[in-house]
Amino acid sequence: MKKLLIILLWLPIIVTAQQKLEGTVMEANPNNNNVPLSGANVYWLNSAIGTITSTDGSFSIPYDDKYNKLIISFVGFRSDTLTIDAPRPIRHWLSPTNQLDEVVVEQKKDAVEKALFSAQNVVTINSAELLKAACCNLSESFETNPAIDVNFNDALTGTRQIQMLGLTSPYLLITQENIPMVRGASQAFGLTYTPGTWVESIQITKGAGSVVNGFESISGQINTELQKPMTDVPLFVNGYGNLNGRLELNTHFNTKVSPHWSTGLYLHGNQRKVEVDNNDDGFLDIPLANQINISNRWQYQNPEKGLVSFINVRFLNDEKQLGETGFNPNTDRFTTNAWGSEIDTQRFDGSVKLGYVFPELPFQSFGFQASYSNHSQESYYGLNQYNIDHESVYSNLLFSSIIGSTQHKFKTGISFAYDNYDEQVNTELFNRTDRSAGAFFEYSYTNLEKLSLTAGARLDAHNRLGTFFTPRLHVRYTPWEKASLRGSFGLGRRAANIFAENQRLFASSRSLVLNGNGGNVYGFDAEKALNFGFGFLQRFSLWNRPGSLSLDFYRTDFENQVVVDWENAREVRFSNLEGDSFANSFQAEVNHEVLPNVELRMAYKYYDVQTTYQTGQLQKPLQAQHRYFANVGYNTQPKENGAQWRFDYTLNILGRQRLPSTVANPEELQLGDFAEGYSLMNAQVTKVFSNAFEIYLGGENLTGTRQSNPILGANDPFGTNFDTTIVFAPILGQMVYVGFRFKT
Amino acid sequence: MKQYFLILALMLFSVGLSAQKKNKKLTFEVDGVCAMCKNRIEKAALKVKGVKFAAWDIPTHELSLVIDENKTNVMEIKSAVASVGHDTKELKAPQEAYDKIDPCCKYRDPNNEHHRKH
Repeated sequence: MKKLLIILLWLPIIVTAQQKLEGTVMEANPNNNNVPLSGANVYWLNSAIGTITSTDGSFSIPYDDKYNKLIISFVGFRSDTLTIDAPRPIRHWLSPTNQLDEVVVEQKKDAVEKALFSAQNVVTINSAELLKAACCNLSESFETNPAIDVNFNDALTGTRQIQMLGLTSPYLLITQENIPMVRGASQAFGLTYTPGTWVESIQITKGAGSVVNGFESISGQINTELQKPMTDVPLFVNGYGNLNGRLELNTHFNTKVSPHWSTGLYLHGNQRKVEVDNNDDGFLDIPLANQINISNRWQYQNPEKGLVSFINVRFLNDEKQLGETGFNPNTDRFTTNAWGSEIDTQRFDGSVKLGYVFPELPFQSFGFQASYSNHSQESYYGLNQYNIDHESVYSNLLFSSIIGSTQHKFKTGISFAYDNYDEQVNTELFNRTDRSAGAFFEYSYTNLEKLSLTAGARLDAHNRLGTFFTPRLHVRYTPWEKASLRGSFGLGRRAANIFAENQRLFASSRSLVLNGNGGNVYGFDAEKALNFGFGFLQRFSLWNRPGSLSLDFYRTDFENQVVVDWENAREVRFSNLEGDSFANSFQAEVNHEVLPNVELRMAYKYYDVQTTYQTGQLQKPLQAQHRYFANVGYNTQPKENGAQWRFDYTLNILGRQRLPSTVANPEELQLGDFAEGYSLMNAQVTKVFSNAFEIYLGGENLTGTRQSNPILGANDPFGTNFDTTIVFAPILGQMVYVGFRFKT
Repeated sequence: MKQYFLILALMLFSVGLSAQKKNKKLTFEVDGVCAMCKNRIEKAALKVKGVKFAAWDIPTHELSLVIDENKTNVMEIKSAVASVGHDTKELKAPQEAYDKIDPCCKYRDPNNEHHRKH
């Protein structure tokens, strides 16, 4: 019995021993000394089985009688093929050759490697997608993408406000090349300060984003990558004109100034001089405008040293005039001759980015960025005056590397932010300085198959928000082929810039009521919210063409919010949240190439956004709870020179929207509880003549859907009922535009 | 005497060890065609303990690696890559593994249309 056990215990070892071929490889030399060769390749011909000799020249390789040709090779030696009939130990001498049979090729790598957080719900809008809606700036770049909703901000400025997951842009972190951009003073109009042609791609992250870019994002992040001097074309010209008198010109010049340096000069100008009042309410349907936007970028790239850098400067001058037709600022400003408004903005941006990728360790890098901006807006809305100067500094130092292998990556670093606000609201002055410094650590894991996750945390010390901790988590799991399940969770905080974000409310006779509690920001507490969500994505192939189905649900729960209550038509009341405030959103989206070269995208969105106002817990006003979206694109097969036709059509259907209460108004100016639903259509045709030249023709709001009464009390703009803030549909009817693009 | 010998052997061993680089960069060719191959090759390489970084370049078919030489060696990685269906200069993927890779990845097939583009 005991003997049997011993034999049984030994058996596996004997079995494996029989399956191994062992031996030693040595260098053949004239003196016949035993010089072991370490690191020589030993492998079976036409097999996946191989090994390397250890320091003493020995090796051990699995033996299988399927194979009988053993190859021994080493750089600088002649390879030998041995015929092996039985797993007997062998000794073999390799002869040196004078020729190297393997040349080590230094890897040519792209020094700028962009990490995609696959665990996050990221949608990328690339340049082809951006061309589908040719007009005009960043605020209009989301029309063909259902992740972002575009709303009408007010009856006067024509500014579009974007929202994601049922929350408006102040709750999104909007960055430009990972530097926070549309925030503070630029919150209302900032998206119109980035011309569409400057944009290379847009990444939309739903839900809590990465901790690397700060603690401010609550419902999502939008990052814009701009055209880069090294990859953009040497010369680009784009002209645009629409039937409502808007003209735009964009030119890009890019040139290489030395092997490592490139520079680009980007010029944008737009203007509208024609007064448009199609609804005959005596007010301009869209402002008179004039913008000059100049940017200069320098890009340095040295792959040998692993260094990359960007230096950017941008200057912007933007002027808008709105209000009654025939309003003359020189004679009518601050008078009751006519109601008018001017918004003049000057902005300077400068930033430096520096990246270092360790040449020997492509997974390890340092990144540094610093930016400065100075934003100055002078404006008045009728008799209300609003000026804001905002100076901002942001800096971030990042180190990223791995733990063991690229399965475990991390990013860590510190960031610093400084903001100084000087505001004048009529006769009241507000001055505020915000300073914060923080440290962050983010770990990402992938098991290379089914699971990946990103877990991050940051600790910030802020002079108004205190010292606080911000955790964020993203998980992705692949339950079966071509599918992924995602979940995310995160906290976000921000100091609400109540005037800058809500300046449209100045264009009304509403009185401003600040119902603060002595908090640190205009007498209010900082906003704080928790966001979590789940998503499911399934890719499929139908009729041999690719498609995808996605479902996602997100919820944002506010612990504190500065509630903007305009349920009373006489006033706007700001107060800290008392009670509940949350935003639930659900989206279902299908994409499919239904016919060859015909892409169809359809989406349904449901929102349940409720906040506790003075009058109780209500749905957020001007929020369509049900939205439907469809986009069809058809491109003909491009010819050799790139010539093709491109067609694109977008349909948006909005369900009914709750209106803020207007019961305080006289009966003829009451709007009821809800605005009926409606639909909007946009279409565009592009004729590409060659890779160098194309023209496009498009129309927005083709059915001419219009709100009949966007301005309440338009006949008495200085009276108590004047209100331009209740806008739920387009004011401008049909809009037709043409344009061209030329590049060399 | 025996002890001295052991110590000496250990010392020699550690000298041998220190010659092994913790971050050794190397590159070799792996047969493949497309982005799916890239994914499969990199995944197989990264699963080998001691491989810190793997990037397969589609046009050049070069697999660039950073490895810890104390933990692994080239042949081990080549063998891992071959066992998921991709040939290297020395090691050939077994037919069963090659049969399992997607049609667009069939690098041994001269008529593969993806292949001809390169």
